[in-house]
Amino acid sequence: MSDADPFTREDRILALGQRLEKATKAPGLILAGESLTLDLCGGLWLEAHRTLIVSDLHLEKGSSFAARSGQFLPPYDTRETLACLHEAVARFDPRCVVALGDSFHDARGPERMEPGDRALLAALQEGRDWVWIAGNHDAAVNEGVGGRYTETLSLGGLTLRHEPRPGAAAGEVAGHLHPCGKVAMRGRAVRRRCFVSDGHRLIMPAFGAFTGGLNVRDAAFEPLFPNGFTAHLLGDGRVFAIGRTMLARD
Amino acid sequence: MPEGPPDDPTLPPLFADWFARRGWRPRAHQLDLLRIAGGGRSALLVAPTGAGKTLAGFLPSLVALAGRPGGTKAAGLHTLYVSPLKALAVDIARNLDAPIAEMALPVRVETRTGDTPAHKRTRQIERPPDILLTTPEQLSLLIAHREAAELFGSLRCVVLDELHALVTSKRGDLLSLALARLHRLSPGLTAIGLSATVREPDELRRYLVPQKALPGRDAAPSPVRERDGVRDATSPERAPPSPPREPEDDSSAPEAEGAPPPMADLVVVAGGAKPDLRMLEIDLRLPLAGHTAYQSMPAIYDLIRAHRTVLVFVNTRLQAEYTFQELWRLNDDVLPIALHHGSLDAQQRRRVEAAMAAGQLRAIVCTATLDLGIDWGDVDLVVNIGAPKGASRIMQRIGRANHRMDEPSKAYLVPANRFEILECQAALDAVEEAAQDTPDARLGAPDVLAQHVLGMACADAFDPVALYDEVTAAAPYAGLTWEEFEQVVDYVATGGYALRAYERFAKILRGPDGLWRVRDARVAQQYRMNVGTIIEASKVKVRLARSLRGKPGTVLPKTGRVLGEIEEDFAETLTVGDTFLFAGEVLRFEGLAEDEALVTKAGPGTDPAIPSYAGAKFPLSTFLAARVRALIADPFEWDRLPRQVSDYLLQQRRRSLLPGPRDLLVETFPRGGRHYLTAFPFEGRLAHQTLGMLLTRRLERARLRPLGFAANDYGIAIWTTRDVGERIGFEPGFLEALFAEDMLGDDLEAWLDESAMMKRTFRQCAVIAGLIERRFPGQKKTGRQVTISTDLVYDVLRKHQPDHLLLRAARQDAATGLLDVRRLGMMLRRIQGRIIHKALDRVSPLSVSVMLEIGRERVYGEGADEILAEAEAQLLEEALA
Repeated sequence: MSDADPFTREDRILALGQRLEKATKAPGLILAGESLTLDLCGGLWLEAHRTLIVSDLHLEKGSSFAARSGQFLPPYDTRETLACLHEAVARFDPRCVVALGDSFHDARGPERMEPGDRALLAALQEGRDWVWIAGNHDAAVNEGVGGRYTETLSLGGLTLRHEPRPGAAAGEVAGHLHPCGKVAMRGRAVRRRCFVSDGHRLIMPAFGAFTGGLNVRDAAFEPLFPNGFTAHLLGDGRVFAIGRTMLARD
Repeated sequence: MPEGPPDDPTLPPLFADWFARRGWRPRAHQLDLLRIAGGGRSALLVAPTGAGKTLAGFLPSLVALAGRPGGTKAAGLHTLYVSPLKALAVDIARNLDAPIAEMALPVRVETRTGDTPAHKRTRQIERPPDILLTTPEQLSLLIAHREAAELFGSLRCVVLDELHALVTSKRGDLLSLALARLHRLSPGLTAIGLSATVREPDELRRYLVPQKALPGRDAAPSPVRERDGVRDATSPERAPPSPPREPEDDSSAPEAEGAPPPMADLVVVAGGAKPDLRMLEIDLRLPLAGHTAYQSMPAIYDLIRAHRTVLVFVNTRLQAEYTFQELWRLNDDVLPIALHHGSLDAQQRRRVEAAMAAGQLRAIVCTATLDLGIDWGDVDLVVNIGAPKGASRIMQRIGRANHRMDEPSKAYLVPANRFEILECQAALDAVEEAAQDTPDARLGAPDVLAQHVLGMACADAFDPVALYDEVTAAAPYAGLTWEEFEQVVDYVATGGYALRAYERFAKILRGPDGLWRVRDARVAQQYRMNVGTIIEASKVKVRLARSLRGKPGTVLPKTGRVLGEIEEDFAETLTVGDTFLFAGEVLRFEGLAEDEALVTKAGPGTDPAIPSYAGAKFPLSTFLAARVRALIADPFEWDRLPRQVSDYLLQQRRRSLLPGPRDLLVETFPRGGRHYLTAFPFEGRLAHQTLGMLLTRRLERARLRPLGFAANDYGIAIWTTRDVGERIGFEPGFLEALFAEDMLGDDLEAWLDESAMMKRTFRQCAVIAGLIERRFPGQKKTGRQVTISTDLVYDVLRKHQPDHLLLRAARQDAATGLLDVRRLGMMLRRIQGRIIHKALDRVSPLSVSVMLEIGRERVYGEGADEILAEAEAQLLEEALA
C-alpha cells in the first residue's frame, strides 16, 4: 500500500516550488534592458517607469453578444474586468496605465457602457496618464472614455503594440493572441492564461473577464518564437514558469 | 385472473374475432384500459415486460378509430405516442401494422423522429396521420409550431411509453410541460401512461393529468386577459393569479384543503413468473476492492456457452471494455460476442443491434445503453457484473431476458469484490420481495421551463396568466409560484439580469394587449436548434492512425477507420504515449489532429495505463444501502452470506466493531507516518465525495492538516498529518461537531463555487435554457473570439448576481445530481447522536476496503498549482542538469 501513497513526491515538489518562489520573490524578466514584473492578475509592472500594462480588456464583450447574436451573457464582464484592474492599480499606484489594444470588444462598445462602469473607469484614470493602444477590435479612437490614443508606444527599450510582428526588433511587448498554456499530468489537465517570452519579445495574456485563450503550442506562435519560449502561467497563488516541453497542445 | 371474459361487451366483435383468430384472449388489463379510456378518463398501466402493454395502450385508440363513421378522412390526428427512444417508436410502428392490416382498419400510422425528411414533416402537419409516433423532443417542436393548435385540436389520446424512465430526468420535465399544453389544446384528452413497476405509482398518475383545471382553448383567453389587464393597470405588484402552493409542499400534498390532487386511474398487472435470479458463486476469494470481476470471467464464459443469447450488463464503459476483452481471450469456441456502449460509433452500435435482432449473436457486453429498447425475444439469460446499485434497475435489466410474461426471466448477479457480495445479497432479497427503489418525483427544473416558455412564444402570442395556469397544471411544476414564473419569463426576454442592459435586444416582447410575442424568425430558429434537454458531452473521434516505420513517433493522420468517440474532457488529459482501453483494444494515444484523437494499436501484452474514462456510474441506491447496513448489523443474517464475507465481518467485529443499521462508524488509526480517519455512511460514492471535500475543509480549520481523501460507495478515508483520534479523545463533542449538519451551509457553498462538477452542471443548465448555443456533433471549434467558456460566465455571474435563475437551476441539480447533496443531508440527520468512534492501532478489515481506493482517483489538495509546480520543477531540473 505504501507504493499507492501519492504524497511523498508531491510534498517534495511543493517544497521545491516554495523554494523557487522564495528565490524569485516576484517572478520577473529582463527584456531589452528593462526589468519587468509579471503580475498574477495578468498585468505587467514596470517599476522603473511606474507603468502598468494590461492587454485585451475586451470591455463590453457580453453586450456585444447580445447585440449581434441574441445570446444574453451576464452583462457584468466590464465591471468585473475594471474591478480587477482597480485592484492592480490600487496595489501599484502607477503613474501611467497602458491598455495594449482590443480594450473594447467592438467599436460600439464605449456607447453601450453602463454609466456606473463609465464612472469606475473615470475614477481609475484620475491623476494618471492613461494610454489606449489601438487594437484590431477597436482600431478607431475610443470616444468619450478618457485617456489618449496611439498606435504604438516606446518605453525605454520597449516597444508596446497590439499585434506582435514576426522579425521585429527586440523589446516588443504585445497582446492580441490571448496566450494560454496547458499542462497535462497524471490524468489531469490545467489550462491557464500566460505570458510568453523568449527573452526578446513578450506576449501578454488577455485581461478581460470573458476572454478565452489560444494555446501557446498553436502555429500562430511559431514565427514569433523560432527558438522556443517559456510560458509564465497564472496559477491560483502565483505565476509558474513552464518550459515548452511540458506544455501540451489542446 | 389473467384473462377477461371471452365475450366482453367493451370489445367490438371485429376485435374479438381478431383476438380469436390469433388464438389469443384479451387480457383483463387490456379491457380495463379500454373501459377507462372509453369513459374519457386517463390511466396508468403498470405491468411487467411481456404483458402486452403496448397493445393495451393502443387498443382504445384502435377501437375508437375503427368505429369512426366511414369516409371521415379529414378527421385529423387522433392519437399521439411518445417514447424515450427513437428506435422504439419505429419498432412500435411495425408492430401496429399487423392488427391494422389483419382487421383492415382505416388507420394511418406514421413516425416522426429526427430522421424524418423535411417534406414528410411538412406533409404530416398539413395532412396528419391518425396515429403519430414520436419522441419528447419532437413533441416539443410540434407544440411550438404555428399550426400546433390546429394539429392537436382533434387529438383524443396520448400514450406515453416507458414513463418510469422518462419522469426521472429533465426530459420528463419537458414532456410534462408539453403534455399540459396538449391538455389545453384538446380539453378532455385521455392520457395513457405505460410503466414498469415503480415504488410510487401515484406520482406517475398525477403526472398524466392536469393538476388544476385548465382554461378551455376557446373560452380562456378573453377573461384571463381582462383579469391581467386590470391588474397591470391598477397595481404594480401583481397578485398571484391563482393561489400557488407552498414551494416546500411535496407533490403528495393535496391541492386544496381536503381535496386529493387529480390522478389518472391505475391498472396494475401483477408480476408474471418470478424471476430465476441468483448470485454467481465461484470457489475463489474475491478481493476487497476493484470492479473487474476478473475471477468470474471463465464462469461467465461457460454461461454464455450454455445459453442461446446472453446480455452481459456492466456499470461503466471501462468495465464493458475490460469484460469484452477478457471474454474474447477465453473464447476458444469463437462464439459471436459483441460490445455495445455509448462511446462506440453509432453505426457500429446499429450493426450490433441488427445482428442481435437477427439472432446472430451469442452475447452482448453492454452498459445502460441497452437498459431500455426494443424487445429481443431470444435473450434467455441476463448476467449483471458488479454491484446492482438499485433494486428497480436490476429488475429492469432482468426483464430484458425472456419477453414472455409467464416464463421466468433468468439472471445472474456477479459480484466483483466482497462488498459487492453484500450488495448483491441485498438486491436478491429486494427482488424476492418485489421491493422497488425508483427515485422520487422531480421538482421541475427552471432551465427546462425557460426553454418551454420560449417555445410557447414561438407557437403563438401568450398570455402570462394563462400560461402560468397551464404550466402549474404539469405535476413537476405544480408548486411553482407566480414570482418564480415571472422570473423565468424575464429570463427568456432579456436574460433575467438585475442590470437591465438588454431590454432593447429582448427575445420576447410584451405588446400593449398584454401578450408576449417572439421577436423575430431568427429567435424562433434559435429555439428550434436548441430544443431538448440531453446535452451530449462534447466528444472527439478516435481514429486509428498508421505509424511510420521509418520515423518512429510519427503517424499518418486520416488513414485508418474511426473507432468511436471519447469525451473531450478525457482526451484533453491524455499525453502522447498514454495507453487506454477502447473499442475492445488497448490503444496508444498519438496526439490530436483537428478534432480527432489519433491512436495506434498498442503492442500485445501492453497494460492500459490510464485507468478510466467518463462513463455512467450509478451510486448505490438509498434503499439498497439501508439493506446492506442491516445485513452487516445482524449476525443472524450472515448464514445466508458466503463464508468469505461472514469471516470478514467476524474479523471486523473482533478487531473493531460493526455498526448498527442506523449508526455511523468512525475509525482512526496511524499508518506509515500519517493518521487516518475512515467513516462508513454507505450513501454512495457521489455523496461521499462531497462529504470528503467538506470534512477536509473542517479538519483544515481545526489545524489537523488533512492531506487527501478517497471515497467509494461504502465509505471514505481521510489522511492527516496530525492525529484526529487523539483530538476526538481530548475534546468532547469534537466528532459530533465535525459531522454536524451545518457543514451543508457555508462550507458547501464555498466548495460548490469552485467545484468542477458544479461548473459542468451550470453549463448544462445554460445550454438547456438557451443562454449559450448548443454545439453539434461534427461542428468545428470556432476561434478564440467567438466562443465563450461557460466557466468564465459562471465565475462572473456568481460574483455579480448569485441568485440568478441559472445558478439556482444549477444548485437544484446539484442537490440530486452529481453531488448528491440531498442524500448527504439525510445521512447527517440520521447519524446525529449515533456516531461511534473507535481508535485503533492499525487498519481494520472494513477500512482496508476504502484504503484500497487511495491512488485510484484524484485526491484533495491536488489543485491546479500543484500540477503547475510539478511542471515548473521539470524546467528547473532541466536547467540544473
